[in-house]
Amino acid sequence: MSGGISNAGISSGGISSTGTEASIWRAEDLSFRYPGARRDAVSAAALTVGPGEIVALVGPNGAGKSTLLKLLVGALEPDRGRADFRGRRAAGWAKPELARRVGVLPQQEEPAFPLTVRELVAMGRYPHLGPWRRERPSDREAIARALSRCRVADLAHRPFATLSGGERQRVRLARALAQEPEALALDEPTASLDVAHEMELWEILKGEAAVGRAVLLTTHNLNLAARYADRLALLSVGRVAASGSPAAVFTEATIAGAYQWPVRIVPLVGPGPDAGAPQIVPVRDGRTRP
Amino acid sequence: MSRGAILAALAALVVAALAVSLRFGAVGLGWEGLWQGLKGTGDPSAIAIARELRLPRAVLAAMVGGTLGLAGATFQALLRNPLAEPYVLGVSGGAAVGAVVAIGAGWAAWAAWTLPLSALGGALVAIVGVLRIARGVGRGLDVRILLLAGVVAGTFFNAVILLLLSFQEAQAFRAAVFWMMGSVSGATWPAVVLLGGVLLPSCLVLLGLARAFNLLAAGEETAGFLGVRIDRVRLIAYVTASILTAGAVVVAGGIGFVGLFAPHTARLLWGGEHRLLLPAALLLGAAFLPLADTLARIAVAPAELPLGVVTAFVGVPFFIGVLRRQAGEARS
Repeated sequence: MSGGISNAGISSGGISSTGTEASIWRAEDLSFRYPGARRDAVSAAALTVGPGEIVALVGPNGAGKSTLLKLLVGALEPDRGRADFRGRRAAGWAKPELARRVGVLPQQEEPAFPLTVRELVAMGRYPHLGPWRRERPSDREAIARALSRCRVADLAHRPFATLSGGERQRVRLARALAQEPEALALDEPTASLDVAHEMELWEILKGEAAVGRAVLLTTHNLNLAARYADRLALLSVGRVAASGSPAAVFTEATIAGAYQWPVRIVPLVGPGPDAGAPQIVPVRDGRTRP
Repeated sequence: MSRGAILAALAALVVAALAVSLRFGAVGLGWEGLWQGLKGTGDPSAIAIARELRLPRAVLAAMVGGTLGLAGATFQALLRNPLAEPYVLGVSGGAAVGAVVAIGAGWAAWAAWTLPLSALGGALVAIVGVLRIARGVGRGLDVRILLLAGVVAGTFFNAVILLLLSFQEAQAFRAAVFWMMGSVSGATWPAVVLLGGVLLPSCLVLLGLARAFNLLAAGEETAGFLGVRIDRVRLIAYVTASILTAGAVVVAGGIGFVGLFAPHTARLLWGGEHRLLLPAALLLGAAFLPLADTLARIAVAPAELPLGVVTAFVGVPFFIGVLRRQAGEARS
């Protein structure tokens, strides 16, 4: 939780630190079932995310990671329990007000019409500008800062559709950063990226957490989550099967149980600041498991 | 070019199109004669032609073109579909049913003003009906269901029109078909005022939605997370663009292609940013239709070609040219 919440690091002014350890997100006994489904997509889940903290939701396909994320950003209404952002029901926030505080990256989006990178990133200012107000110098600065943080400034005038997958994700993240939010919620931001692009994205997120932003994301990359996230929540069939530090969540029994595949846990060789972090190695045992 | 420069150039193009439309016609006035006629100092017949015939007609053509361009751009943004045009949701079909009823029942022969009134009634029935179907079926306002409801309503109106037409005598049949092909030949100042009264507030409303349209174009889910009240934006956009379309159809019948051609050309030339795209589509439509109407008047003078035919004959080759140019730039 000691994410280094220094106001010097957040000159952009997007974050209002209360000075306490107040949580950004808090879920309690949270349950949700899609209409017509036979079981809860999320069942009695509990979770907190504090400022400056990276929390990764992990778990098998269909475990409820994306649903939990959507509940926490107010896109879905819980059937039972609470999903709070800053102490208020996430679904109860007025949309523009929430958009000034949380940058959300949905799993995918397909622009219907051609847009340049600059235009797409500038959309992050919409919650601050509304329909009529012109971009002020502070808006242009926020856009420029977001473009350079995500290292896409040189792509500003390229059509979004012509970018590679890695570039697109960085541009979409830049739009979320242009919102100058106090929290980021990202649904599988590193899916189908190559090693370098994936590492770059994690590094950007680590940098954002270091200036006090809360980062909540879903991912299938357990090993990178263990190296970058402060805490993990392992979901299995809608329930939080384990949560806590990577070392606490990564036990062979827990992981093997959730994924139904045998694993070994080994320390990260290094070099780097995260040498020794627990890493999962799936075992080839010659059998095909159900 | 900056947004202001592009729009200024397009406004100049509209003025030039109006001048050409005023200058050329079945009767040759010449620039001098036209100027005298507009000032009211020339010979009486030139004054009548310039002031009573050509000026309202050129202005109405520009306004109808602009209205359809703006409505087309809005429907494309609303439905997130570049194939959308002002008539896609059945508004023109409803208006045409109203018009055919007015012609077939003999109201239009009795008093000319019953025709636009009846067409307006049909258009409003279509707008409300499609909205009710879409809202009744979907949760909120689902644009896929809206599109489906509009297309189904349009098909139904077409069937009604064909049914009504099959009972018409030759003269009423001709009048109905000519109305449906669209024309600004009956232009009057009241029609100009009527359409202007719809167009001006609609412009303001839609420009206020331009940023939201940009966000919707990027992705609906994303737009919601960026603070767009999606259902409200959709409802306002649908109602405004539908009323615009109804206004254009009521004063000029169903003039095709402008509402598809103008927004697409603007987007191909200057990109998809709606704060530029919406006014650019309006101005392109406003420049295009007076020119097409001039051609309709002089090609086989003193007879006239149906305007909807000219818009397609002129617009399609031009549009293909723009597309090819764009493809060429993309390759190089």
